[in-house]
Amino acid sequence: MKLPTGVKFSNIKMGDIMRKYKEKIMHIVFLISACISIIAVVTICVFLFANGVPAISEIGIFDFIFGKSWKPLENQFGIFPMIVGSIYVTAGAILIGVPLGILCAVFMARFCPKGLYKILKPAFELMAGIPSIVYGFFGLMVIVPVMQSLFGGSGKGMLTASVLLGIMILPTIIGVAESAIRAVPESYYEGSLALGATSERSVFFAVLPAAKNGIMAGVILGIGRAIGETMAVVMVCGNQSILPEKLTSGIRTLTANIVLEMGYAADLHRDSLIATAVVLFTFILIINTLFTVIKNRSRN
Amino acid sequence: MEIAEKLISYKINSSEAINTRTLKQRLREYKGRPMSLILKLLMLISIILSAGVLVMLIGYILVKGIPALIKFFPSIFAWEYTSENISMTPAIVNTVIMTVLSLVIAVPVGIFAAIYLVEYAKRGSKFVKIIRITAETLSGIPSIVYGLFGYLLFVIALGMGYSLISGAVTLAIMILPLIIRTTEEALISVSDSYREGSFGLGAGRLRTVFRVVLPGAVPGILAGVILAVGRIVGESAALIFTAGTFAAVPNSLTDSARTLSVHMYALLSEGLYTEQAHASAVVLLVLVIGINALSGYVAKKLVNR
Repeated sequence: MKLPTGVKFSNIKMGDIMRKYKEKIMHIVFLISACISIIAVVTICVFLFANGVPAISEIGIFDFIFGKSWKPLENQFGIFPMIVGSIYVTAGAILIGVPLGILCAVFMARFCPKGLYKILKPAFELMAGIPSIVYGFFGLMVIVPVMQSLFGGSGKGMLTASVLLGIMILPTIIGVAESAIRAVPESYYEGSLALGATSERSVFFAVLPAAKNGIMAGVILGIGRAIGETMAVVMVCGNQSILPEKLTSGIRTLTANIVLEMGYAADLHRDSLIATAVVLFTFILIINTLFTVIKNRSRN
Repeated sequence: MEIAEKLISYKINSSEAINTRTLKQRLREYKGRPMSLILKLLMLISIILSAGVLVMLIGYILVKGIPALIKFFPSIFAWEYTSENISMTPAIVNTVIMTVLSLVIAVPVGIFAAIYLVEYAKRGSKFVKIIRITAETLSGIPSIVYGLFGYLLFVIALGMGYSLISGAVTLAIMILPLIIRTTEEALISVSDSYREGSFGLGAGRLRTVFRVVLPGAVPGILAGVILAVGRIVGESAALIFTAGTFAAVPNSLTDSARTLSVHMYALLSEGLYTEQAHASAVVLLVLVIGINALSGYVAKKLVNR
């Protein structure tokens, strides 16, 4: 091996070794960084379940999940009203947000003039970025008084929370549904037009069914957001931990239960709130799995 | 050929271009097709409703908030919070510190993880799949669950107490999947010929990543980071039980500190300071709109490149 003058053989060797080690070391650093998300999920599961499951077994799993009375002072920890509350509010949000979102998505993907699109697209992105506390504030100050004058009572309750959550999940559904509609091959639309259908009929009855899976994925993402939403809901849902009787009656969701009482809870009360989070977490895991399954199906 | 082109450009430029139809012509198309008309109307109504809600929200907060800001003007920005001035300056300072801290933790880890996934790991291997699934799980977890987890691990188990650092680590875990995903997309968008060229010149893998691939991916990564900033600024549920609600500029990382969002929640739950809540809502909203615009601008630069 012939070397240029002035360079010692040992220097090159040292450099080579350094580089080799640097590659190895950085490879390991990258690998560890990649593992952090696995570590995080495992730690979150371990800490939640380790603190929540003993409380559930102490209360009794049946009494905890199906118990209808939540009275921490009398040692009654039944979260059934909260589970029902979360499900009702999420269902309400879906009923409001999904039809509105899909119609908007169809318009955005198919009928929107270019100039308008340039305004609407960033507007909906901004809507997704507005903090939930601001939504809650808006709900408390604007939607609650409107509900109050329409239906009487406090104005806070299931209906108000559903409307607010429906608004909050709109951008999620519009975004996912729009890209799903755009992914449908143009030939579907053209074929339908050629058969004599109007533009609207072609989009709604030929293109939209083909985008079904993608839209479902968006809806499930919306469900996940709605069920996990905390700060906005806590402002407008009334927070009564009882089973709702009518559309306007006050309710409390799983998330609201945690945020309202965690500040001062102790002992079994505190652990039962963590157990509430365990139930919520389980819901989310189920929804996430569903989302992954449907997304994979839409890719195939 | 040229004449035809000229003719076409003339037609397009003139107001009577062949492809434009008057409103009357358009409406005539729906005659005898009520279904199409109804669908079109439904779409228009829903787009007006959705955009209307956004306009109403922003309008309401500006209309109510700006007068409140003016009314309390100098005292609401006082350096120290008292129960008389309800100053939001400490909260704003805390928001900035919290954002920087969370990014310092999450951005390197997220970028390194994405580098591993894109540049080092075998595509489609089981390990990569597991990381993808866990990252997706992380991004689906509600912020209140992050809050409880942070409380259990950092505040209680590790004895860090209600502090800036507990909140920052919790938020860092929360934004990690966002950073991993956007960096991954940015890295994938860098053409393979760059890598081949670099390898062909004798550079190692590490040098290729840092000198060739990463610079090309910077705008994409930046857009993701800005989105993450937006999430940190807006977050409240994950911070109440980790960083606490103490309203003062912190002396150290172990002090409790409320960010602007938490400040707003505290004002609203106390129920005494609605006007001040209006004022802080304006500041928060303007911050978020600014961050969103910046992210859009950077992303557009990426597309134009």
